[in-house]
Amino acid sequence: MRYFVARVIQALIVVWAVGTLVFFMLRAVPGDPIQALLADVDPTAADVIRAKLGLDQPVWVQYILWMRNTLAGDLGQSLYGSHQEVSQQIAEAIPRTVSLALVAFLISFTLGLTAGIVSAVKRDSIFDYGFNLAAFLGISMPSFWIGIVLIIVFAVNLRWFPSIGYKPMSAGLDQWLRYLILPGLAVGLPFSASIARLTRSAMLEVLGQDYITVARAKGLNEKRVIFRHALRNALIPVVTVMGISLALLFSGSVVVENVFAIKGLGRVLIQSILNRDYPVVQGSILLVAVLLVFMNLAVDMLYRLIDPRISYD
Amino acid sequence: MTRRASDTPMVAALPDVGGAEISQRPQTQHLLLRDKRAIAGLTVLVLIIVSTLFASFISPYDPLSQDYDILLPPSPTHILGTDDLGRDLFTRILFGARVSLFVGVVTVTISMVVGVAMGILAGYYGGWIDILFMRYIDLQWAFPNFIIAVYLVAVFGTGLANVIVAISLAFLDDFARITRGMVLSIREEEYVLAARSIGASDTVIMLRHILPNAIAPIIVQATLSVSFAILAEAGLSFLGLGVKSSTPTWGLIISDARSFFTRAWWLGIYPGLAIMITVLSINFLGDALRDVLDVRAE
Repeated sequence: MRYFVARVIQALIVVWAVGTLVFFMLRAVPGDPIQALLADVDPTAADVIRAKLGLDQPVWVQYILWMRNTLAGDLGQSLYGSHQEVSQQIAEAIPRTVSLALVAFLISFTLGLTAGIVSAVKRDSIFDYGFNLAAFLGISMPSFWIGIVLIIVFAVNLRWFPSIGYKPMSAGLDQWLRYLILPGLAVGLPFSASIARLTRSAMLEVLGQDYITVARAKGLNEKRVIFRHALRNALIPVVTVMGISLALLFSGSVVVENVFAIKGLGRVLIQSILNRDYPVVQGSILLVAVLLVFMNLAVDMLYRLIDPRISYD
Repeated sequence: MTRRASDTPMVAALPDVGGAEISQRPQTQHLLLRDKRAIAGLTVLVLIIVSTLFASFISPYDPLSQDYDILLPPSPTHILGTDDLGRDLFTRILFGARVSLFVGVVTVTISMVVGVAMGILAGYYGGWIDILFMRYIDLQWAFPNFIIAVYLVAVFGTGLANVIVAISLAFLDDFARITRGMVLSIREEEYVLAARSIGASDTVIMLRHILPNAIAPIIVQATLSVSFAILAEAGLSFLGLGVKSSTPTWGLIISDARSFFTRAWWLGIYPGLAIMITVLSINFLGDALRDVLDVRAE
């Protein structure tokens, strides 16, 4: 319990530090968003907008205001278009990103575990070499390019899946999945390569242990040895990378959302950077940070439940 | 994967003898040249580097000159076809390699030098330097490298210099962590004590006694980081956050190709293949190095 509280506090500090760093760095960098926005329009108009956004205040006043508003859940408004609330924009984006990460997670672990187990059990077979080469290819391909290849093959030519876009789960599970398969593969495939390599080496290590020899000597059938004795122990290092994997899947989805025009957190973040829409940049960076930090925290807590040997106190 | 769950020092099985660096080197080369992955990786890399250096001799076209022959499929005259402005795709990919390799090598060099320095200072002196550096590294550690690069470009803006700074900073933590872990274990070795007892200065001890013995995992990390940096640069360029100029970069070529998928698949496929082949050969080399230098796999 004490550990849990300490970790939550630590996570909050990380989020605060990121928010603060970004806040001051955005203001320290030369170039004024309002100037960029209004270009050569009348300078007094710029002053009015600055005053409205509080940008005429000293930086520390702005910082305190920003902290107060952020804690109250107010992340400001977009500088452009209909001046949508940043918090609303992000709230709409989160389910999309989470959906994509979930599908990618399932794909990468299903493929990675299968390939890893087969490679280890059939060591030095054609499967082993094949999967090993595939894994090398997997970690060498940019996820956005995998996405593009998938679109060209499965959407443009075969027409099996829609090429871009997103349907919420409320439109039906099949629709939701149809739109997420290709982006999920783009994010998940490179990662399944890492999982496969990790599973293979963990399995090989476990299969060399005495208790496996004992299990075999007892005359247990091979399936039982592999699934009940070896796999359960080999899974521990695999589960350990799960937290990191969520973060990496997320960073993959930042790019892939932009390939498939899914308006998730990644697309909101990138679009706002391209548009120099600072309130949105700041808000989405903060939200991404919150998501990553608390995801790590949740996984950390899960380990404790899964493997009672891990003690943090 | 670049990430490790804990910062347990990676103890390379290098012998701790002072003369080790001299006697080790030829052996390492021998082993490396016997490794098929290393040979394959090196050969392809050398080919890529040579052909991008002599790009203007290899290709009769200019990467920027436009022509009426737009969106031509691959043919003997344009072996990889042309883009929407009639520019030769093969030539653009060839010139794009310059940016990718340059950014990959420069960023990793910067982040290696700075990260290793931070790691050595933190590990050797401990105390407040350690606390200060490691708090910062922990902060970075909470985020995937690519996200950090995106954050930094968001703040600094796009352009070659900013992209280099962003990617270098993003990879800093990997080097600092590994080096610090190595230094913590090496610091207690007897030869360090011996060096200190004959009056060697801290700088001499760090650079002459500790660094050479910590170098193996750093080299492996550096090699693999080049491939991650190339992927990161391609990703940033693809998103429009990369090098802003007329220079063709691989990520940018793919990004531009998006409007022409239905008509010109080659524009999307080939630049990505170039990235894949380059990164794959670096990964082969890195993997071989890891085995040869006997650095524990992650």
